[in-house]
Order: sequence, then structure tokens, then C-alpha cells
Amino acid sequence: MELNLLVFCYLLGSVTFIVGLKMLSNPVSARNGNLVAAAGMFVAILGTIFLYEDEGKKLGNYGWIFSALVIGTVIGTLMAKRVKMTAMPEMVSLFNGMGGACAALISVIEFRHLMHGYDPATYASNGYSFFSSLDGTTMLIIFLGLIIGSVSFSGSMIAWGKLNGKIKDFAFKGQHIINLVILLLNVAIAAFIIIARPEETPLFFYAIILLSILYGVFFVLPIGGADMPVVISLLNSFTGVAAACGGFLYDNKVMLTGGILVGAAGTLLTMLMCKAMNRSLSNVLIGSFGGGNAAAGGAGPQGGTYKEISLSDAAVVMSYANKVMIVPGYGLAVAQAQHICHELEKTLEAKGVEVKYAIHPVAGRMPGHMNVLLAEADVSYEKLLEMELANEEFKSTDVVLILGANDVVNPAAKSDPSSPIYGMPILEVEQAKHVIVNKRSMKPGYAGIENQLFFQPKTSMLFGDAKKALQDLLAEVRSI
Amino acid sequence: MNQILNWIAAHQEMAYIVILMIFVGIEIIGKVPSVLHTPLMSGANAIHGVVIIGAIIVMGQAEEGNIVALVLGFLAVILGTLNVVGGFVVTDRMLEMFKKKK
Repeated sequence: MELNLLVFCYLLGSVTFIVGLKMLSNPVSARNGNLVAAAGMFVAILGTIFLYEDEGKKLGNYGWIFSALVIGTVIGTLMAKRVKMTAMPEMVSLFNGMGGACAALISVIEFRHLMHGYDPATYASNGYSFFSSLDGTTMLIIFLGLIIGSVSFSGSMIAWGKLNGKIKDFAFKGQHIINLVILLLNVAIAAFIIIARPEETPLFFYAIILLSILYGVFFVLPIGGADMPVVISLLNSFTGVAAACGGFLYDNKVMLTGGILVGAAGTLLTMLMCKAMNRSLSNVLIGSFGGGNAAAGGAGPQGGTYKEISLSDAAVVMSYANKVMIVPGYGLAVAQAQHICHELEKTLEAKGVEVKYAIHPVAGRMPGHMNVLLAEADVSYEKLLEMELANEEFKSTDVVLILGANDVVNPAAKSDPSSPIYGMPILEVEQAKHVIVNKRSMKPGYAGIENQLFFQPKTSMLFGDAKKALQDLLAEVRSI
Repeated sequence: MNQILNWIAAHQEMAYIVILMIFVGIEIIGKVPSVLHTPLMSGANAIHGVVIIGAIIVMGQAEEGNIVALVLGFLAVILGTLNVVGGFVVTDRMLEMFKKKK
């Protein structure tokens, strides 16, 4: 009866994961979808704790289990609640790494469990190999979970460090060859152990952990910060597969369903994200290695003169415009200027100016980043134009106000084949009559390349932190 | 050849789940608008936290005296919980900001 109840719990969990994920892909039902999946997870976890039994034996160590659950819940909730909206991407990466580490640890424990009855002396005395008696499928699954989990863990940690600025891009010549060697070596060792069953199995096992962690580090290190969302999404689907390995190991359907579901959906999502940037996955993953040379080429025609605009001039230009288009970028997110931006929008609207937002799909550090921020500040949904729509409207726009965006408005993406961002669709702001760019300095954006837009005659610069500049601008607009 | 067939026959239930889930996963998020990429990724991130169930099983089966297994299992459960709880809470916070269209 109890075991059947557990089967039902797992079935319920699997269904909620599918329904939840489905609801998450629609703006109206997304929030409830998340709650549905969470509820299913809760039922599956409770069911496991109280109903699970293996060969008639219930789980023990309740004290350990519950204290770990409480510690994890408290820390997880605090971290998730306290994190700033701008740091969300890092947070996802960090949690993803935790899941990867968890999957890898399960493999380690299971391996130690397998080794339990191992005694080298028996082997020496009667020629009976302990290792050849192990089940090949089990070993394969353990290694798979270990490798994928460890790569996902170390990769996510690097992605996390990169997004919060603690780790800088790092690439050296021939790095992709070294990466490939590490990966092949790893697979070769795992295959060797499973097929040949050498006496040094435990030693090789720990070597695999080290190599996998190393691979994760080298895999993510050279990839540029702007591509991090894609990488995190990819690592996310890796962790899904690692979780599914656990499902195989324990013949646990809910782990298998959830893991494979995320593995498949995550892979597709990764490709969709690449598509939004008009790049292929291999370009993101491998293209980064040539990034150094390409960036140097793209930075060629740099320099020129730019002009600054005073706050009062900017306020006048915007107040007397018919249509103002705001292009938010990472600078807005960093300065937490979304509320003041909404204020400016309302003030301008009160003066009869039409104000809209042009949202580049990858503005900020994550797809959808800007929508989330502006929604937080109560900017209405219809004012946010997606890229294609915005590009049509720029022709009839008087003033474009760029707030801390750079690469997504860089005309080099259209005109300069040597530019590293060549081919990425951009917001064609030059079609508007006047462009005001708010930036903290003339420093290049995330891709590390110059932006010719800033040197064009119709462009003027408004330097300063987005929040401060907008506050001052708002005061000026109000006084007109 | 025979070995492979045997293997598939022995694990057919699993094989069916894997294949069907791959199609389901691809099918259900096929039409997601780019606005929702981040929350969807975060939600999927929380769902693969289901790996915590494996951690709980490992923890619950560890023998009393086996300190290494207990400590590793303890760590695994904490990490898994972080993934699940943190994942769902972060996703909810992101989606909280998508107010209903007016």
C-alpha cells in the first residue's frame, strides 16, 4: 500500500513537472506553472522520505536528512530572496552548480558503496577479480552521472564568477585542443574501466572527478560574458541529464522524467537563445577561442570625436519630441534605474510625448532581463516593443535615449564583417532623428569593441550613472 | 549484437521514458517567447533539482557507522535542497514581475 502510494507520488511529480514547464512557457500562466512544479516536487520529496523502502527496509538517518533539508531551505531561500534583480543570472548559475555537485556526489557515494566488499588480498590469493563481478550498466551510469555532474558544477561556478565580475575571460592558444584532449581522456578512462576492470579502478575513478572538474573550468573560461546565458542554459540541461542518471541508478521514475525533461527542454532553449542572437551554438562555444583576433580587427576604425549634450539640452529635445524611444541595457540594470526611468516616461507622456521602449532580445545579461526589470517598475506591457517592431518605429522616432546599452545598438554588427558581433541583429537606432546615449564613460561594452554609433553626428553623449543622470534629466524635464 | 538487444529488453521501460520525455521536453517549450527565456531556464533549473531524491535515498541508506557516507550524503542533500528551493524561489521572484497584461 505504502509503496503504491509512493509510485503515485512520483507519477504526480512527473505530471506536475511537465505541466509546470508547459505553463512556464506562456506569460500568463508562467507564475502558476512554477508553483505547480514546486508542489509536485514537494510531494515527491515527502513521499521519498516517508514511504521509500528498499528490500523491505525503510530509510533511516532522519535526523541527518531533516537537518540537511532545513539548512538547505534556509540558505536557499535567503539567497534567492536577497539577490538583486541584476544578479539573477548568476544566482541561477550558482543553483545549477549545486544540482550538478549533488548529482556528482551521489555517484561518488554509490561508487564507494560498490567498492564496499572490496579487499585486494582476496584478489591476490585466489585470482578472483572483484571488479569484474560489478554490473557494467551500473558502472556506466555512475560514471556518466559523475562526469556530467562535475562538469556542470565547475562550469556553473566559473559562469557564476564571470557574471559577477570575479573571474575574467581567459583563453590561450590551442585551448580547444587541450579541452578536447581532456574530454577524450576522460571518456577513454571511463570506457577502459568499464571494459577492462583494472585493479586500479578506485584510482581512475578519482582521476575522472579531477579531469571532469578541470574540463568544466576550461570549457567555460574562454567564453565571453555576453554569451554566458547560453552557457548557463546548456549547463542546465547537462545537470538535467546528470539527474536522470540518478533516476536510472535507483530505478526512480520521477528523477528520470524530470531529468530528461529538463535535459531536452534545456537543450532546445539553449538553441532558441542562440537563435535570438542570430548565432549558432558551435559559434558561441568555439567561436570564443578566436575572439581575441577578431576583436582586434573589429576595433580597427576606432576613435573619432564625440559630442556631449547638457542635461537641459537633452531635456528640451525630449520634451518637444513627438516620439521618444528608450533603449535600456545593462547600465540601467546595474544602476537600478528602472523606477526613475518609468517616472521620466510618465512625465514625458504628460507633456504629450509618445514614449516607448525598444527591447533587444539579449539586452542586459540574459534574454528577457529588461522585460523583468521594467515590469518591476510597473512599465506597461504594451510599451515594450520587441526588436522587429522597434526597428520599424525608429524611422518615425525623434529621440532615442540609450540607457547603458552598447553592443545591441552597435552598427558594426551590420556593416563590419570583421567585427566579432557581425551578424547579430541589432536595434537600428541610427534611423531616428536624434540619439542620446547615456553611459558612464566611453569604455567599450561587454564584447569589448568600439561603437561607431557614438561618433556619428546625430549622436550625443550624456555621461554618468543611469540613475543619477535620469534623476537630473527628470528634474530638468519637469522644470520646462 | 545480442548483448545490446538484451540490454534494451532489460531496460525497456527506462528507454521508453527517456525517448518520450525527450519529445515532450522539446514539444512543450517550442513556442516560448524570448521574454520568458530566463524564467523558463530558471524553472527548468529548479526541476532538475529532483536529483535531491537520489541524495535523500543515499543518505537514508547510509549505515550508522559510515561517517564518510553520512557526511557526503548530508552534503548532497544540502546541495540538492539549495537547487530545489533556491531555484523555485528565484523563478517565482522573476515571474512576480510579469504582472498580468492590462
